[in-house]
Amino acid sequence: MTLSREFRKGLWRENAVFRLLLGLCPALAVTTSAENGLGMGLATTFVLVCSNIVVSSLRKVIPPKVRIPSFIVVIASFVTVVQLCMEAYFYDLYKALGIFIPLIVVNCLILGRAEAFASKNRLVPAVVDGVGMGLGFTLALFVLGAVRELFGSGTLLGYSVFGEAYQPLILMILPPGAFIAMGLLLAGMNLFDARKQ
Amino acid sequence: MNSMLRLALVLTLITAGAGLILSMVEAVTREPIAEQRRLETLRALQAVLPPGDNSPDQDTVQLLTGQDRRGRDVRRTFYRGRQAAELSGVAFQVIAPDGYSGNIAVMVGVDPQGTVAGIEILSHNETPGLGDKIALPVFKDIFAGKNLQNADWRVKKDGGEFDQITGATISPRAVVGAVRRGLEFYHEHRVEILADAQGGSQ
Repeated sequence: MTLSREFRKGLWRENAVFRLLLGLCPALAVTTSAENGLGMGLATTFVLVCSNIVVSSLRKVIPPKVRIPSFIVVIASFVTVVQLCMEAYFYDLYKALGIFIPLIVVNCLILGRAEAFASKNRLVPAVVDGVGMGLGFTLALFVLGAVRELFGSGTLLGYSVFGEAYQPLILMILPPGAFIAMGLLLAGMNLFDARKQ
Repeated sequence: MNSMLRLALVLTLITAGAGLILSMVEAVTREPIAEQRRLETLRALQAVLPPGDNSPDQDTVQLLTGQDRRGRDVRRTFYRGRQAAELSGVAFQVIAPDGYSGNIAVMVGVDPQGTVAGIEILSHNETPGLGDKIALPVFKDIFAGKNLQNADWRVKKDGGEFDQITGATISPRAVVGAVRRGLEFYHEHRVEILADAQGGSQ
């Protein structure tokens, strides 16, 4: 078990969204633009890394019987910190992400990493795991948001790509577009892996 | 028994620690958050009011508009814009309850005579790509210069003169209706809204 391996697994081999299919609710709901995906991903990464740090540090103190409520308290606290800071300093992003910020609490990716990894490993691997998994989640949300924004609005990060003449494919920024884009990306990743073998 | 105590103790300590951290973060962010909310209102006010030199959010009148289902009073705030202490316009928020999905909140700015200076969509959940075009200038700009006398406050599909958006009639219809009701209220209560408006210059 090397640290770089722990880091890289979150980006591709065990990518939360594209491989484990965890945390799909925010992944599908907020990715109407690349910027929203990026913001949501980074907020989740922050919560994930912080909760991994606390859970790993306290792993010998927390009795197994109350570990789940303890994890949830830790996660919910960091989510509230993110929410307050985002409203204070990134108000536009806060408005765009709306209800999905408090819902980071119930993102099963975070509780999953606390339970499956951080509570069983030392601090450094837990941090590396959190950063890797979080960045993998961010990457997935960014790609999904970019694809949907590109076809649904004809822009990327707010900049026009196809020019004025492009007729946006509105379906792509509506909820069905999230599932379609997600399915195509999953198929693409599987095809890529199958070719490599 | 001993282990039960330990469980309770650990959970208590964790929640107490969380509470402590949260209260500190809340104390730090309270001011910036209040400022952000104020700025948001101010931005909307500046977008709909004629140019002025005061802070309209500091110069307000509140009027009773009715009661909600539980019998509590509903008040509407009127923000007054001034240029050199002279009243230049009034802004107020109206809610369109009949949008395609949920309420549409609209800030309306009028000159003292009741002609619309501009409108701004504050919040909505209309369909992306269709109904959400009500937030674009191409729709919002239609309202400027219109008042209850010189305009037929209906969308074109209903025989009026407001262009609906291709593929979405419900959202523009809701906005037009809400602005019209707002203007009617303004018209009926003009005296109260403008009362002591010249107070500053006397």
